[in-house]
Amino acid sequence: MISKEIVIAGAGPAGLAAAIEAAKAGAKEVLVVDLNLKPGGQLFKQIHKFFGSSAHRSGTRGIDIGNQLLTEAKEYGVEIWVNSAAVGLFHDRIISIEKGLDSGEKELVNIQAQKIILATGASENVVRFKGWTLPGIMGAGAAQTMINVNRVKPGNKVVMLGSGNVGLIVSYQLMQAGCDVVALIEAAPKIGGYGVHAAKIRRAGVPIYTSHTIIEAKGTERVSEVVIAELDRSWNPIPGTEKVLEADVVTLAAGLKPISDLVRLHDLKCVYNAAFGGWVPKHDRNMESTQPGIYVVGDTTGVEEANTALEEGRLAGVAAAERLGYLTQTDASALKDDIWERLDGLRMGPFGEKRMVAKNQILAAFPECAK
Amino acid sequence: MALEECGYITREELEQFGLFPSEERFKQGPVAVIECIQEIPCNPCEAACPRNAIQIGAPITTLPMLNEKLCTGCGICIAKCPGLAIFTVDKTYSGDEATVSFPYEYVPLPVKDEIVEAVNRVGEVVCKGRIIKVLNPKAYDRTPVVTVAIEKEFADEVRSMKRK
Ligand SMILES: Cc1cc2nc3c(=O)[nH]c(=O)nc-3n(C[C@H](O)[C@H](O)[C@H](O)COP(=O)(O)OP(=O)(O)OC[C@H]3O[C@@H](n4cnc5c(N)ncnc54)[C@H](O)[C@@H]3O)c2cc1C
Ligand code: SF4
Ligand code: SF4
Repeated sequence: MISKEIVIAGAGPAGLAAAIEAAKAGAKEVLVVDLNLKPGGQLFKQIHKFFGSSAHRSGTRGIDIGNQLLTEAKEYGVEIWVNSAAVGLFHDRIISIEKGLDSGEKELVNIQAQKIILATGASENVVRFKGWTLPGIMGAGAAQTMINVNRVKPGNKVVMLGSGNVGLIVSYQLMQAGCDVVALIEAAPKIGGYGVHAAKIRRAGVPIYTSHTIIEAKGTERVSEVVIAELDRSWNPIPGTEKVLEADVVTLAAGLKPISDLVRLHDLKCVYNAAFGGWVPKHDRNMESTQPGIYVVGDTTGVEEANTALEEGRLAGVAAAERLGYLTQTDASALKDDIWERLDGLRMGPFGEKRMVAKNQILAAFPECAK
Repeated sequence: MALEECGYITREELEQFGLFPSEERFKQGPVAVIECIQEIPCNPCEAACPRNAIQIGAPITTLPMLNEKLCTGCGICIAKCPGLAIFTVDKTYSGDEATVSFPYEYVPLPVKDEIVEAVNRVGEVVCKGRIIKVLNPKAYDRTPVVTVAIEKEFADEVRSMKRK
């Protein structure tokens, strides 16, 4: 068994920010592992300009933020293992990594860590309807990986289900990649994501059907027709409102849920939070879970956005470095206060408020199980 | 509001939020039209304007406000807005034509003097348009800004062009 000061599972914005912050404070053996072939998490699929504060690189494309983080991580001597999944979490902070070797083989490496930070992100929800297993029907995230990472068009005519920011943004990017988006279908009476993203695809001629859902996908080799229908107030399809759309791709953007495999393996106490996408680990204001020395950050602690993931990662990085003796309590407090101020700012407005309430519920749920 | 149910902003909504420049201001030359009416955590437009014509302040979710007296319609803010929600309109371009400048992140890009189909906020073709210029400098970070000349009467409607 080898040992490290800090091991971080997941090299998305949350994990990378945690690593950078801890290494900046002086931590020496900081290792980030990621099961993907490339570090960066979701950022490498995000070719659009990000929202946020001009003080925090807003207006910068996600992919460029990813590259900046990687450069910084390198500068501070952070070690990154790609093609390496964290597969086990044991008592006394032992973490098992299935390390990808250059030969293509995998090797199981157990690491004794002084601090562990879980930053494994979220996974897509699926929606089931008649014919949903036909080829051509996929998660919006999968379609986004195809066009933006692998540069392969998933098809030509797309029906998107779900009008959250993921549905809106991926629709836009599919058109940039040369696909036609035939329609965007949303079961709720209102569009879920930002109006500016919706306006962008409306201008490009995409109709948005609110209070509608997909009833059936038809086709033999792959999907060729999609039947949609209007929903009444209790979300039941209204007979006679069916419409048939011609499409060879259906993309599902029905929300994300936190990935909690490792969390469950080691019995980190969780709490259910609908606004955050499901079961999330409880944590305190240092992002430390109910297992001392194990921190949780980013979408794993509730599905939010890259900016909040970055800030939560920084919090854990600072807190871990403080516990390891690299920062005085005064210095660490000052850093953490700044980060919390920015996090509060990001959780404001009609879209952010729900997340602020959800985060406060999780923080409030912490003490009762801390012992 | 139309934006939440249908995904596009109406002129009435823009007026309601005080985001539609006055006719007097339009008569004086090019001016920005900021079509951003939801309190989202975003403010790069504020820092982008060299004349300090856009104000957001704190908190960051405050809606952007345009000081139409300070705005010169230079268009620098267009490419800086991650929501692609800012346009400039020049109703004084010529006797019967106005120009609209909009962000356009699709390929192929149109070229100068090309005749394109100008579309409104829901993607419907409103009229023909003639491309005046296509700007794509490094500072715009891959958000080209297209300027199209159209008949004056459509200046408040046209917001993009049909993809080629
Ligand atoms: C279409 C789309 C558009 C978006 N647009 C924006 C936007 O405009 N602005 C914004 O702020 N946010 C945006 N987001 C959200 C943002 O991308 C995420 O909130 C953010 O990436 C979360 O960061 P994270 O580090 O928590 O997780 P992720 O970025 O998901 O990274 C998690 C990483 O962990 C790895 N991993 C998982 N399990 C393991 C394991 N067992 N072992 C090792 N590695 C593991 C994964 O491979 C992944 O690389 C968007 C998201 C999507 C899907
Ligand atoms: S058009 Fe120019 S002057 Fe007017 S708001 Fe935009 S950047 Fe400022
Ligand atoms: S930059 Fe664009 S989206 Fe952001 S606040 Fe300004 S106008 Fe709105």
